[in-house]
Amino acid sequence: MSYALSAQVKGEIEQWQARFPTDRKRSAVISALHAVQHENNGYVTAEHMNAVAEYLELPAIQVYEVATFYSMFQTKEVGRNAVAICTNISCMLRGADDIVDHVEKKLGIVLGESTADGRIFLKKEEECIAACCGAPAMMVNHKYYENLTIEQVDEILNGLD
Amino acid sequence: MGYEQNLVCFNTLDSKESWSLATYEQHDGYETWRKILAGKLTPEQIISEVKASGLRGRGGAGFPTGLKWSFMPRDVAGQKYLVCNSDESEPGTCHDRDILRYNPHSLIEGMAIAAYAMGATIAYNYIRGEFLDEPVPRFDAAVKEAYEAGLLGKNIQRSGIDFDLHTFVGAGAYICGEETALLESLEGKQGRPRFKPPFPAHFGLYGKPTTINNTQSLASVPAIMRQGAAWFAGLGPDGSGGTALFSVSGHIEKPGNYELPMGIAFKDLLNDICGGVLGGRRLKAVIPGGSSCKVLPAEIIMECTMDYNALQEAGSSFGTGAVIVMDETTCMVRVLRRIARFYMAESCGQCTPCREGTGWLYRMLTRIVEGRGEEADLQILVDVAGKIEGHTICALGDAAAWPVQSFLDHFYDEFAYMVRNDGRSIVDVAAEAAA
Repeated sequence: MSYALSAQVKGEIEQWQARFPTDRKRSAVISALHAVQHENNGYVTAEHMNAVAEYLELPAIQVYEVATFYSMFQTKEVGRNAVAICTNISCMLRGADDIVDHVEKKLGIVLGESTADGRIFLKKEEECIAACCGAPAMMVNHKYYENLTIEQVDEILNGLD
Repeated sequence: MGYEQNLVCFNTLDSKESWSLATYEQHDGYETWRKILAGKLTPEQIISEVKASGLRGRGGAGFPTGLKWSFMPRDVAGQKYLVCNSDESEPGTCHDRDILRYNPHSLIEGMAIAAYAMGATIAYNYIRGEFLDEPVPRFDAAVKEAYEAGLLGKNIQRSGIDFDLHTFVGAGAYICGEETALLESLEGKQGRPRFKPPFPAHFGLYGKPTTINNTQSLASVPAIMRQGAAWFAGLGPDGSGGTALFSVSGHIEKPGNYELPMGIAFKDLLNDICGGVLGGRRLKAVIPGGSSCKVLPAEIIMECTMDYNALQEAGSSFGTGAVIVMDETTCMVRVLRRIARFYMAESCGQCTPCREGTGWLYRMLTRIVEGRGEEADLQILVDVAGKIEGHTICALGDAAAWPVQSFLDHFYDEFAYMVRNDGRSIVDVAAEAAA
């Protein structure tokens, strides 16, 4: 199945390209992938990557390399709400592991999996998100939530559709 | 002893809408930049002022900022670049996020001054992808304000000076905080550190002369230029000019980002500023500058001042100023295992000692925590760490080795107890005894 970039995504890519020298289109790969992923339920497929490569006139492998290197890109189908619980040292010291245990039990999945109804994608163990002074912290669809308690986590997760 | 707070990067934070241009200008913001536009400051004057201020790179390495600027070739024609490293991801560190959110104009002016001093007319601020929701829009809005006020662009206020500033958004990779990996990422590639030399000042972004500075370093520049190098240098002890943003996290009553003079006594930071150890418990250990720095036990850190020289003499380093506090209930083996996992996950994979070694460290520590460790493993951990350290292109390898070496150096008994007791932690035993 082939995929064509939407006008919106193309516009966004062009707005990024304008920031770089004209012969340096490759610099726009990361932002292009962000834009495509955002429009496609939080993950990119080979078709999406091929479309980005074609639009930027790059070998497809250069787009695959980027998509698989950076942790914010998902290359497999995932749930529509991305939940990333930071478990790095500052959050660990403030109880992040208990939050992960609770969320895994509540959702019936482990880190790295999505719920069967496609509602929530629980990102694999998340590295420091730079919210250490608000530990424990998590990121839900890019939004930060800090100083979490189990009750707050429940409330946030229950509020996702 | 009283310490004055928020003197440099956080100087607008006591005002409403601390991030707005109006607030920044009420605090004498853009005074230096306007002076430059009026032709009243030369690049040489700026570089010598920054050198004299004693400002050192706040991203972790502590390299003198003014000296770094002076490496940029002066009389070479062609494009030069300035890049700001806002890829803040060193575990424990979260103060650059607050500069971006709460005083973005200090960074914009700092970047403008730096770029002018080095002959760069284009700058990029590389912001980590996770900051997409709040810091990026806040910074972008400030850049827009600065353009609209005629402070950025081409031939700014008919001064003949060009300066264009663009935001770049990453996508999740700790390694991109390494300056040459960051350049690779800016070029749209995987973030793999480059072999040096050549250094970025000669072969940087797109092969052009480039300087990369940390967010806090650049945001400190306007205050240095406004109030003078001597003022800034005098805020801290010898070798550690100025203030620093301390991100204090972990087992602490009042975690937070605090801007304080360099050289503050650790015990004052802990007790007077941050309200002491969480729940009044006893301090066990502190990682003073982000997870890549060596851990220090309570009895050593309690005697330290927080500056480059003192922390180095104590056997650690200032790093990013990320102070991670651990109380007596902390199991040092489990903490080290978590740190080891981080470096394994974030190794870019191009150097064998780091790619393989970080996995070894993590798997061995996992084995120990799960009760399958042997006493001989403890020596192997130190051996593996030693074989990574110094044998890789970038400092991530060293950063993976130092925690292992220092945790085992200072807390060997905890590791030994665990391997002899099938994975039981000495702190759990203590907790049960107390219960």
